[in-house]
Amino acid sequence: MLYRLEAGMLPQVSDTQGHKTALHIEKALNIPVGDVRQVKVFTVDGLEKAQVERLLAEAIWHDPVMQMASLQPLPLGDFAADWLLEVGFRPGVTDNEARTARDTAAMVLGIEREALKVYTSVQYRIQNPATGALDRATLERIATDLLCNNLIQRFRLKSVQEWQQEGFSAQAAQVTGSACDTVTIIPLSTMSDAKMVQASRENTWALSLEEIQRVLAYYQQPAVAARRKAAGLPADPTDAEMEVLAQTWSEHCKHKIFASRIDYSNHETGTKEDVDNLYKTCIRDATKTLRAQMGEEDYCKSVFKDNAGVIDFIPGYTACIKVETHNSPSALDPYGGALTGIVGVNRDPMGTGMGADLVCNTDVFCFASPFYDKELPPRLLHPRRVLEGVREGVEHGGNKSGIPTVNGSLVFDERYLGKPLVYCGTVGMIPAEINGKPGWEKQAQVGDVIVMAGGRIGKDGIHGATFSSEELHEGSPATAVQIGDPITQRKMYDFIMKARDLGMYNAITDNGAGGLSSSVGEMAEDTNGCVLDISKAPLKYDGLRPWEIMLSEAQERMTLAVPPAKLEAFLALAKKMDVEATALGHFSDSGLFEVHYKGKPVASLDMEFMHNGNPQLQLKAVWEKPQMQDVRVDAGSNEGAFLKTMLSRLNICSKEYIIRQYDHEVKGGSVVKPLCGVKRDGPADAGVLRPILESDAGLVLSHGICPKFSDYDTYWMMANAMDEAVRNAVAVGADPDRLAGVDNFCWCDPVQSEKTPDGHYKLAQLVRACKALKHFSFAYGLPCISGKDSMKNDYTGGGEKISIPPTVLFSVLGVVNNVVCSQTSDFKKAGDKIYLLGGTWREMAGSEAAQELKLVGGRVPHVEAHSALARYRLLSQLMRQRAVTAAHDLSDGGFAVALAEMCIGGRLGAQVDINAMRALEAMNRTELLYSESASRLLISVNPQLAPLVEMVFAGHICTCLGSVTDNGLLTLTSADSTILSEPVAELATAFKVTLDW
Amino acid sequence: MGKVNTLVITGYGTNSHMETAHTARLAGSDKADVVHFSDIVEAKVSLQDYHFLIFPGGFLDGDDLGAAHAASMRWRYLHDAKGKSLLSSLKEFIDEGKLILGICNGFQLLVKLGVLPALDGKRFERQVSLGHNDSARYEDRWVYLKPNAASPCIFTRGLERLHIPVRHGEGKLIPMDEATLQRLMDENLVALQYINPETNAVTQEYPYNPNGSPLGIAGLTDPSGRVLGLMPHPEAFHHVTNHPAWTSGELDAPGTLLFANAVKYLRQG
Repeated sequence: MLYRLEAGMLPQVSDTQGHKTALHIEKALNIPVGDVRQVKVFTVDGLEKAQVERLLAEAIWHDPVMQMASLQPLPLGDFAADWLLEVGFRPGVTDNEARTARDTAAMVLGIEREALKVYTSVQYRIQNPATGALDRATLERIATDLLCNNLIQRFRLKSVQEWQQEGFSAQAAQVTGSACDTVTIIPLSTMSDAKMVQASRENTWALSLEEIQRVLAYYQQPAVAARRKAAGLPADPTDAEMEVLAQTWSEHCKHKIFASRIDYSNHETGTKEDVDNLYKTCIRDATKTLRAQMGEEDYCKSVFKDNAGVIDFIPGYTACIKVETHNSPSALDPYGGALTGIVGVNRDPMGTGMGADLVCNTDVFCFASPFYDKELPPRLLHPRRVLEGVREGVEHGGNKSGIPTVNGSLVFDERYLGKPLVYCGTVGMIPAEINGKPGWEKQAQVGDVIVMAGGRIGKDGIHGATFSSEELHEGSPATAVQIGDPITQRKMYDFIMKARDLGMYNAITDNGAGGLSSSVGEMAEDTNGCVLDISKAPLKYDGLRPWEIMLSEAQERMTLAVPPAKLEAFLALAKKMDVEATALGHFSDSGLFEVHYKGKPVASLDMEFMHNGNPQLQLKAVWEKPQMQDVRVDAGSNEGAFLKTMLSRLNICSKEYIIRQYDHEVKGGSVVKPLCGVKRDGPADAGVLRPILESDAGLVLSHGICPKFSDYDTYWMMANAMDEAVRNAVAVGADPDRLAGVDNFCWCDPVQSEKTPDGHYKLAQLVRACKALKHFSFAYGLPCISGKDSMKNDYTGGGEKISIPPTVLFSVLGVVNNVVCSQTSDFKKAGDKIYLLGGTWREMAGSEAAQELKLVGGRVPHVEAHSALARYRLLSQLMRQRAVTAAHDLSDGGFAVALAEMCIGGRLGAQVDINAMRALEAMNRTELLYSESASRLLISVNPQLAPLVEMVFAGHICTCLGSVTDNGLLTLTSADSTILSEPVAELATAFKVTLDW
Repeated sequence: MGKVNTLVITGYGTNSHMETAHTARLAGSDKADVVHFSDIVEAKVSLQDYHFLIFPGGFLDGDDLGAAHAASMRWRYLHDAKGKSLLSSLKEFIDEGKLILGICNGFQLLVKLGVLPALDGKRFERQVSLGHNDSARYEDRWVYLKPNAASPCIFTRGLERLHIPVRHGEGKLIPMDEATLQRLMDENLVALQYINPETNAVTQEYPYNPNGSPLGIAGLTDPSGRVLGLMPHPEAFHHVTNHPAWTSGELDAPGTLLFANAVKYLRQG
């Protein structure tokens, strides 16, 4: 029998969350409501009445100091609600609080956890506003547009009269189904081409006709056919085999576009080129060459082969980093998508080498304006809802996992309406040696037991890998969405660190895209084979077919290779630490990927075919340089007002609202926080932390991202992103000769087709970005150690196609030998001299000032790496002796914005003569102030050290522009005239007002 | 000279254990062991072998059912492998005159378990709770705290002002009733209060008081003064470079001093 237990705030205790919901409805939907009260509803199945009464009497699920609880509907009391809206999860969706409630009740009652089921929901008691009654349709809008995501949740709505008459019946969100060993055969050999294409679409395989034909050819090989016959397998592929191949060959896992052969024509130069594999030629080989050049000094440990790239940190420790995107799930369910994005990328370092301790996170989001006020295309969520959902998902994922978010940014462009980009990255630390072996290496052995540890398998996330390899459309599957569970993952992580140090396993990897199919498939490459009995996998509920168990992307799971002799101890440790771990099979050297369900064959594929059998794509790319007019950017005479407007722009303004909701200093090693200065509201250039508390060595985490240049030339977009990441790292104290890069490409579909008539151009954009990556890796001596791409960031719906601007997040992991040499961007002291490092060109294309004035055209910033690197090295030399009192990079908004930010951070004024700025060509005042020329930094120094600075930078562009003042005014002069003089307090207000939610 | 062995308990979502143990060592603790809750349940580790018990910050059970609520049920209902209830082990620890510190999530646990404030000597009865911040938001920001010189609290002895971060969403003190709140003040069990740094006065003003806690209450002690729970994180400021404005030379007393007072007290036996 089902029981409902309701818990709500006592009348004398303020219902903070209810008030917040009321405010949220008003702000997000522009629907005024009176007020809201929230009641938590637990629906429980499997207990006797006396047991439920005991839970109530002993306050197991509620807090008697703050709450009242009852098995009857809680009375309205003094709160005159007009509507009652109850929102709960759909069957099968992860319900973390219900799991905690279940486990706690089982412990108290002394029964098995499986003996009861618990489901939670939230009841919103909503009051009409004083201005008039709300109708049912408006309430339904509140539900569907804000409080209930129909993909994962469902709601029930009652007027107060209806509720008083009939109440809410107890409703369980139970998945019904029974154990299932059904394996169907896919009759490829009898399918026409058209049928094959149709089957690919209907099954979300995302395989091309050529790929399916390659699969068919494999099955028709006499040796394969004979082996299958002998093993009792059908001649045609099983559903599981097709699914495993589709996942292994997916764009998401195989990076087919980066691996393709490209016929590249450059119409700008009139040249043609045969590009065979962008990843290998531009990324992997560049790192290889750089490592060879470094020789003994090579600080790279493991690049591109593991879940994260690994570098040396200090003797005894290596650091690793991985950055992922979780764009498609975040478009459908921003909260769940972003939450799984962050907890998912946490598992990459956790599954790198023998497993890393997690050190910090970085998050970069790209959205359309949250103030978007036009009609939304079908199925797209409003950007503000996306922003809030993503923000909260990452908040819960990062904070609850206890990993500080030390760096990040937000980028706004209207085209991210089609698909938001959610980049999540995690840095880890691996002991250089674990049980006598290098900690960054691992190797499964023949005979090792395949063990899955952590969460259970459900239908969640099935087809995530293949789904994200397609564009988002109105019929995108809801099962691709999942909700993360940071606490189950935290428990698993605590367990893995202990098992690692006890030497209980030989290899580990995470279950991400493709689930077991991917994790076991990849690990089996170590031994060249595996045997899995999929019936042993623990399920959240029955009813999954064998292929679904293989492919499920249910979260919080790692796969380990455990030597048989250590299995018992491994499983016992897991049990003790409240972590589920299950042996599913073993690694073999048969050359086969074999899967059974209780002896019934499910899949048997040659390892070689599975991993290397897919055909190389042959693509065409054509570069036509976009024809752009020159533009004059002139803001007019009111420079003060324009500066404030610039500071308020979405891409420049303070992100304090978001930063404060992320724990940026847990783990105790925080050195440079995201916010700095006297009022802790100046923007920091990068994060610095001490990952090993006993050491004063620091890690630096920075990034660069400038999609605004992509419409002009992705070559310079890439170059600027890399330069921005490097100069941000240098600005906080990183050694420019000890940096490692991570490239994350997010592209719109670059394959020419009916849907993508401009595919040749989009692919040329990709080629150019990759060429820049190679050139500037060499120029800066900056090896890339990890990366990822997401190639189908398009939306089609309602007859409209939206493609994101090609976007690369370039992250840099650096080292500062002693953290006391790091620095922040805020001005420290009146009288300090202000220097601008680097020259200014008239480079306004894509700039914030040009965008503010709605101007398109001009020249995009170029990067001159040779002089830039020399500049960074000299600055680093000064910073190592603490000769610089502030350093800040010039990026969005150029010189004027950077200077204003330094004043805001220190709440100090500045007196600056812009005539002293080194203009490298003729330009007007607005252009000089807001050009976004690359490789420039502003620093301040004690006047006594000014001669030292000038000596160090002799022969480089380094000009003293003025001084820091204590009059509270930012004053810019040109010869004798004052161009602007604005109170810093007002600049701070302008900087902070936009997202002051 | 008494020995000071510190026990830092982790597991089920606790996450600040490493820096907490590190800070205890910096403060002079002879050792600071990080122990998983399951080792206590298995009776592999006994509270008896320690003098200073710390419940560090984190997200026990993901704040499901309210911060630290589910964990308080584990302490209340579980017995260890030797059949002894965890609650009686904890009671003995306190009765032996040892010290307990609960930080953030650890403070929430102490309150929900009724270790604090223990008015009328009623231990393990929930007398106050910690609810959602008035902002209804989790926030990471540095706050200024004033210790109550009249409080019996061992940890805050001789300290004048602290500047350390809060990192929580549920830190507003909710008393069972107004009389309870009054008694916390009258009996000097309020150990730490949020202040406005300009005036040094206890404040309700956001963001100086980050959560709207009544009377600016940031930390509570029990009548013995040997138990302290506080929402802000003293262990987050154990190195000069942890200070949010260290680059401009701004400085305050590090949170390590709270730990040092505990170690000093135990040393003197």
